[in-house]
Amino acid sequence: MLNAFMSYLGSTVPPGNADNQLWALIYVLIIFAGVSLAVVAMNWIERKALAHFQIRLGPMRVGPHGLLQPIADALKLMLKEDIIPAQADAVVFWVAPLIGLLAAFTVYTVIPFGPSQAVSDMNIGILFMLGVSSLGVLGIITAGWASNSHYPLIGALRSSAQMVSYEVAMGLAIVSALLMTSLNRTGTGTLSMIGIVEAQQQQGVWFIFKFFPLGLIAFVIFAIAMIAETNRAPFDLPEAESELTAGFHTEYSGLRWSLFMLGEYAAMIAVSSIAVTLWLGGWMRPFPNLLTGSAWDFIFSLFPGLTFAGLAAIAFIGTARMPAQAYFRIQRIGLAVFAALLGLIALLLLAIAVAGRTNDASIAGRFREGIDYVYWFVLKVAVFMYLFIWYRATWPRYRFDQLMRVGWKVMLPISLGVLILTAIVGVLIS
Amino acid sequence: MKDSMDELSNGAVSHLDLETPEKPYLDANELIINMGPQHPATHGVLRVILKLDGEKVLGTECVIGYLHRGVEKIAENRTYTMFNPYVDRMDYVAAVSNGLGYCEAVEKLLNVEAPPRAQYIRVVLTELNRIASHQLWLGTHALDIGAMTPLFYTFRDREEILKIFERYCGARLTTHAFRIGGCQYETYAGFEKDVKNFLAFFPPKIDEYEALLTSNRIWLERTKNVGVISGKDCIALGVTGPVLRASGVKWDLRKAQPYAAYSKFDFEIPVGENGDTYDRYMVRMIEMRQSLRIIEQAVNGIPEGPIMGKVPKVIKPPVGEIYHSIEAPKGELGYFIVSDGSTQPYRVRVRPPSFVNLQALDIMVRGMLVADVVAVIGTLDIVLGEVDR
Amino acid sequence: MAEESKPLVPPTPEGEKKPAAEKPAAAPATASPAAPAKPPAPPATAKPAAPAKPTGPVPLPWTSPLVEKYRRQYGSGIDALTYLGQNYLNVDRSLIPDILRLLRDEEQFDYCVDITAVHYPKRERQFDVVWILYSFPRNERLRVKTQIADGASIPSVVSIWPTANWLEREVYDMFGIQFDGHPDLKRILLPDGWKGHPLRKDYGILQQDKEWVQVNLGIESGQ
Repeated sequence: MLNAFMSYLGSTVPPGNADNQLWALIYVLIIFAGVSLAVVAMNWIERKALAHFQIRLGPMRVGPHGLLQPIADALKLMLKEDIIPAQADAVVFWVAPLIGLLAAFTVYTVIPFGPSQAVSDMNIGILFMLGVSSLGVLGIITAGWASNSHYPLIGALRSSAQMVSYEVAMGLAIVSALLMTSLNRTGTGTLSMIGIVEAQQQQGVWFIFKFFPLGLIAFVIFAIAMIAETNRAPFDLPEAESELTAGFHTEYSGLRWSLFMLGEYAAMIAVSSIAVTLWLGGWMRPFPNLLTGSAWDFIFSLFPGLTFAGLAAIAFIGTARMPAQAYFRIQRIGLAVFAALLGLIALLLLAIAVAGRTNDASIAGRFREGIDYVYWFVLKVAVFMYLFIWYRATWPRYRFDQLMRVGWKVMLPISLGVLILTAIVGVLIS
Repeated sequence: MKDSMDELSNGAVSHLDLETPEKPYLDANELIINMGPQHPATHGVLRVILKLDGEKVLGTECVIGYLHRGVEKIAENRTYTMFNPYVDRMDYVAAVSNGLGYCEAVEKLLNVEAPPRAQYIRVVLTELNRIASHQLWLGTHALDIGAMTPLFYTFRDREEILKIFERYCGARLTTHAFRIGGCQYETYAGFEKDVKNFLAFFPPKIDEYEALLTSNRIWLERTKNVGVISGKDCIALGVTGPVLRASGVKWDLRKAQPYAAYSKFDFEIPVGENGDTYDRYMVRMIEMRQSLRIIEQAVNGIPEGPIMGKVPKVIKPPVGEIYHSIEAPKGELGYFIVSDGSTQPYRVRVRPPSFVNLQALDIMVRGMLVADVVAVIGTLDIVLGEVDR
Repeated sequence: MAEESKPLVPPTPEGEKKPAAEKPAAAPATASPAAPAKPPAPPATAKPAAPAKPTGPVPLPWTSPLVEKYRRQYGSGIDALTYLGQNYLNVDRSLIPDILRLLRDEEQFDYCVDITAVHYPKRERQFDVVWILYSFPRNERLRVKTQIADGASIPSVVSIWPTANWLEREVYDMFGIQFDGHPDLKRILLPDGWKGHPLRKDYGILQQDKEWVQVNLGIESGQ
């Protein structure tokens, strides 16, 4: 039993490819828990960041600096009455949020957090990802239709039109990145997510900088399309609150509504992961080809621990700055405990980094490597998540026809042009 | 003028034929949806029935009156003085302007004038109130179009104005700042300093709002050529205030028929060219700067003297009637007061700018999209307390 | 004022000592010379009118080319007056659509500021309907008034000034005056099922309690 459990640890391929169902299941569970936790954290960060953009404090009451607010919200949503409108199609109404959620989470099976840190390395990974993530729109359409109400219906129609039109530009941008993977000796590219990152590793450049500015343009198009794809500001027309009250989820409340939210944030993380994988070198740390050698490896492997140490320091400073009144005592203790927790994680990560610095084959070495990969991947995704918040705080909302115009008349021609140019340049170079 | 008017008068103004025949289960008919009275973007309890073809608006009908409190009936049952605070509750965003209009109307009926010092104080407070009203408009209008952040910036800065009001008369929103015949309160110590601090504080803030919006591509796309109304249509529909000026009609009661002390101050009337939402936005932004100019001149020139005119303790105007109007932040705010010689007005009619301006919604949004309805409601700057009274 | 609404008005302390209050009430007439001479007429004319009642200024006849022109055309149906510097025309009911149309077309009164009504229950023709007009080119205001009996209708001016649409609806809502030719004359501020027209003087506030609050809201009183 233990043997079966431990047998995988030495492997350098994802469990799906090593035919190890046990570890595949463990990975699925880890990813599910990790993404859910990320959504909770994102919820808190978004509210806090948005609040600070808007000269507010954001949640401050539940837990120190509102740290427990997402949990309180989740509890509240779970305890709310489960309302299905009388005229709604109950079954479809019930299924709709699940479709969205499933589509968002299924995508994670092929996202590579590291060369072996993925559930599976599908050879059609990116295709699978596109296909599944566009199933999400089905959830929105069914939700809008099943609600049997005008606002959700309009929201659903907007959403479907929007997703379909932006998927085209998105797909073309992805294809131009895929073309770049074929610039090797054999001249064959790959659709595998891990293969794409490895291609960037071999060519020694992130695809965002490849054939400058072609890679960059393709990336920007993808970055715009992915906001539209996830219905976030300034493309949040399906749920435009000032027009359609809440768009497709107007009639939803409680747990079902929270499933939509979970799905939305999971989808945001998923598309950001695609962008990171395709253009930003996936799990690779900065300058893997310039700053080589075990010394640099060691320095970069300290980053995860140092990040947590920094967070712990911020939390400690927050504790020290809290007013010394009795009213804040529990909050103070709570924040101190939180800071200590972060500090412990930091110590653990640093210990792993130090222990695994010499021997890559040892368990500690494997752990150090894995943590490194996941850290850089998550850090890049986190930048995108922050951008999502930033956009939302800054921009007004597009109108529907303008959104369509941008999609079809601006993004599509540019992405086509970039694709053609990439192909030409690629042929010329090889 | 004739053409547009005929079209308008053909019953086009917010009149929908809502009776649709028995429909098959699936059809391609228009969609009739109900926006409000509980809706995040209708600025209160406005209900707009929209007739849509997909997202295109074929027609609208406004259903109002959800906030009707019978202000005009109340007036007939109160004395002139007792009615004064009620006017603050109409356009609660610009309570000072309402009070100014009412007090001046009654003063006219009494044939007295407020002393110069009172008039200067009135101008300062009214212009501050105009800025506060425009700030609220800007925040909510931007929020309607999807920009969340300006709302908080405007509320932050509006706070400074409300603080001045609070120090002056104890109230922030429904101020009841003026009395018939002048002002009840002398300015508090530091009033002038507070106002001057605000004059220095506020211009960078307007720049800040403009940095977020004025040249923002999405903002331009959402506001340019949206809700266009021509100057002729504005006049035909009785639309006044910034909406009229944005359509190119240079008309402002402060200049056309000066009241209070406005004739003594130097300021410009901004006008737009296209009569679209963007022009209305720009007109109001410039108006805020012009208001600052007026405040600066007024606060530097407040004369010494009494603050109350020679008004009897019991306000008992002679038999007669009067119409007096002022340029409220939203347009021409008029009071038509009929006196029967008793202590209570025989009839008070309020000419509410929001109410009349709201009529233009229909022709402004026809043929546009749902999202524009929201933008146009925002740009008309209606306050339902005043629409419904 | 309606009987029902009387008790709602708390008697003002000033009202009780009426004789004393009489004196300040006359103040406007005496104070007006001190005030800047905005309306030039009042001081001189107040005196002759004063002996019987110490009221303020009274409406004076108003003459202008405009008035002369229409008086020649329509004869005695037009009475032009000015009060506190504000001009108004008392026009016979029969002349109403014509004179308003002419005012817009010939005299450039292109902006209908407001339409309203006043109820005088003791008069034979109970309602004053008032059009407040403004001319952008002339920068001038003018009020047109006419008297109509209860139940009588009056031509709509929506075809002259589209803005009249809602304004006439409000007058209908509040006074029950019918406007002939209005495209969509129905209640605007009050709910469709409302009984009565609240701004009539015989409509008391307690009446509303009985007819609306008790029946529809199921509570004893809204007061």
